[in-house]
Amino acid sequence: MGDFQIKVQPKKYDAIIIGSGAGGGMAAYVLANAGLKVCLLEAGPNYNPAVDSKQLQNAWESPRRGASTKYRPFGDMDGCYWGWEIDGEPYTNAKGSNWEWWRARMVGGRTNHWGRISLRFGPKDFKRKSIDGLGDDWPIGYDDVKPYYDKIDKLLGVFGTNEGLIDDPDGFFLPPPKPRLHELMIKKAATGIGIPVIPSRLSILTKKINDTRGQCFYCQQCGRSCKIFADFSSSSALVLPAIATGNVDLVVNAMAREILTNKEGLATGVSYVNKDDMQEYQVMGRTVILGASTCESARLLLNSKSPRHPNGLANSSDVVGHYLHDSTGADMGGIIPELFDRKRYNEDGVGGMHVYTPWWLDNKKLDFPRGYHIEYGGGFGMPLYGFQWGMENLNGTYKVKGKQKEAGGYGASLKEDYRYFFGSHVGMAGRGEAVAMRDSFCAIDPDTVDIYGIPVLKFNTKYTDYEIKQAKHMKETFADILHSMGAVSVWGNDDGPENNYGLHAPGNIIHEAGTIRMGNDPKQSPLNKWAQAHECKNLFDVDGGQFVSQGDKNITWTILALSMRTSEYIVDQLKKNNI
Amino acid sequence: MDRRKSLKVMVLGTVSSGFLLEACETSDKKTILTKAPATTIEKKHPGLMKEEVKHLKEVNSTTYFTPHEMKTITILCDIIIPKDDVSGSASDAKVPDFIEFIVKDKPENQVPLRGGLKWLDMQCLTRYQNSFAECNQKQQMEMVDEIAWPKKAKPEMKQGVNFFNLMRNLTATGFYTTQIGYKDVDYIGNTPNQWNGVPDDVLKKHNLAYTPKELKECISF
Repeated sequence: MGDFQIKVQPKKYDAIIIGSGAGGGMAAYVLANAGLKVCLLEAGPNYNPAVDSKQLQNAWESPRRGASTKYRPFGDMDGCYWGWEIDGEPYTNAKGSNWEWWRARMVGGRTNHWGRISLRFGPKDFKRKSIDGLGDDWPIGYDDVKPYYDKIDKLLGVFGTNEGLIDDPDGFFLPPPKPRLHELMIKKAATGIGIPVIPSRLSILTKKINDTRGQCFYCQQCGRSCKIFADFSSSSALVLPAIATGNVDLVVNAMAREILTNKEGLATGVSYVNKDDMQEYQVMGRTVILGASTCESARLLLNSKSPRHPNGLANSSDVVGHYLHDSTGADMGGIIPELFDRKRYNEDGVGGMHVYTPWWLDNKKLDFPRGYHIEYGGGFGMPLYGFQWGMENLNGTYKVKGKQKEAGGYGASLKEDYRYFFGSHVGMAGRGEAVAMRDSFCAIDPDTVDIYGIPVLKFNTKYTDYEIKQAKHMKETFADILHSMGAVSVWGNDDGPENNYGLHAPGNIIHEAGTIRMGNDPKQSPLNKWAQAHECKNLFDVDGGQFVSQGDKNITWTILALSMRTSEYIVDQLKKNNI
Repeated sequence: MDRRKSLKVMVLGTVSSGFLLEACETSDKKTILTKAPATTIEKKHPGLMKEEVKHLKEVNSTTYFTPHEMKTITILCDIIIPKDDVSGSASDAKVPDFIEFIVKDKPENQVPLRGGLKWLDMQCLTRYQNSFAECNQKQQMEMVDEIAWPKKAKPEMKQGVNFFNLMRNLTATGFYTTQIGYKDVDYIGNTPNQWNGVPDDVLKKHNLAYTPKELKECISF
């Protein structure tokens, strides 16, 4: 083999963490602050929002005016490297499966661009099987996680209001921003037909919480990542402070290949390929913590076969990869004729909605078992690539300044139309709970490897009638709200059974969870209630993999709370020499 | 970040040195370190991945449209967005240059645009024995009126209508994403501020008001 060799780092760490997103970042933060020596592996390059964010750039500073590329599918200004496809890193779908897999490659992972929607699970979200007989209960309940939600509310900051809702629990909230104009209109219309609208709960600092992070200045661009750290990103709020302890060695462009184990079946370290020099490295530690993302962490376990773990590490249950599920999603948009020719003012506000609708109905009275929440959008967005695209579908339909025009056109009259319709659009997105099913899964593709020679994932997922009926209900609700506010639906309104009522492909909402779920029975779940592998006591998972189910709540706040809980457990167990 | 700590990251990691040195600079303005020379693209667009820089260099190193095509595009752009009493024209905002860039960045637009331009020239050659660009203004406007109105255009003009729709959308995108365009539609966001809610006169106009609960709970300035 000539000079082909594996370089083994001489330093032995207390913990090796794979992935620097919400789960891995929190683990690094807790362990480093407890004085433990941490090696943090990240598959992408370094990223510091203070330097690398495109916050406050104007459209013309991007040669493509903010249009999307494969490098930044959410647009050229977005704060996430890669997304639906990564050069050299394929994945596959089984016949009939259409899983869409978002992968970030950067320090902080997807938290650099996420929506900052920070919802606690409620008591019922941990015990759905006891309520409707579907899926499984978690081995823990709200009371186990509540202290950690409380701690991260204070540590990381989230705005919202205490509403006393049983399944949308109160927390420690910073003051929310006032609703925008279209949000007031939505609130008035929706509450008029019995649909609640309350202040949103986003991890954005409307007040200063410490000296390392700034206060929001209302540019609406959290998706680009915040240069003054006024919103939560793992890169700015966890990884940088963790490194500042002096206890963390961050290794970037390090793509984990396999978790190494000894004869007893315990984890001893991680082998990875350095993407820059394509050389193989090994790093050794007392514990290994998976935070590579729901599917990447499952892939790592499945690719880590040994005599003691012939079916992949911690997988004698054959559950790793299974129960994969994403939030459901369906959307609709419209225009509000009352807002044509609006008075101009700066209504940017924070990144994302100022109000939302938590789930408000009783599933026992409906034909689908799980709920959804509604997110809202609209207003004077920054003109970027695609600005008022399709004007020919609008300017012949509504009178402009009292005059009926012919659709399409050109010239000074067309310029008048762009001014007239600017800021009159509104959008609604339902995000719901799918039932986690064993036969929705990812597994190693026996035929395919990535550019590093690592076997890739093959997805095999499907939706059931539960999700399809929920999407139908979402669409009916959106149409009702739009109608009640005097708006006219212009997209997302022609769905039916032929396309599952506009239900997005699974994975598309980027809330995937459930591949390495926790549970008390080692035959039914790879992890115990501490997210510790039943069959490998010094191996843990702190990302979405450990989830049994995910409510209709965006999962990041719960990833953070569970990661903090598991990390404190690891500190305790290491000190007691139990692992 | 403490400089020694960030250097530690740099040594362990394999990031390009420019990034971390800049990171130090931001938090500690007095720290002056020698930077690795950056190319123009990296200077102009900080925070790009190396793959993005490579792609941008490739796109910028080629030319797609011929001078004749660019001439036609410029005429069409200025018919779609001419100078009026509010703002300048599409070519004032350099929209043709944007269209040249975007067809290389989004190659799916190449065939519809090149084919559409050719279709237009062939129509004009039949009607006026000239390419579109060589026709006089009256002829050009006659031709444009055949394809600029999707609902009343003749069925045999459908391909031209699709081409003109794409030209209208690309021209508008190219125009309203410039400083001239922002001013035209009076977009006044993208600047640090304190959001204090919808202005009173706007609330009144739409018969809306904040509730006492909102006024009590929400942040005010």
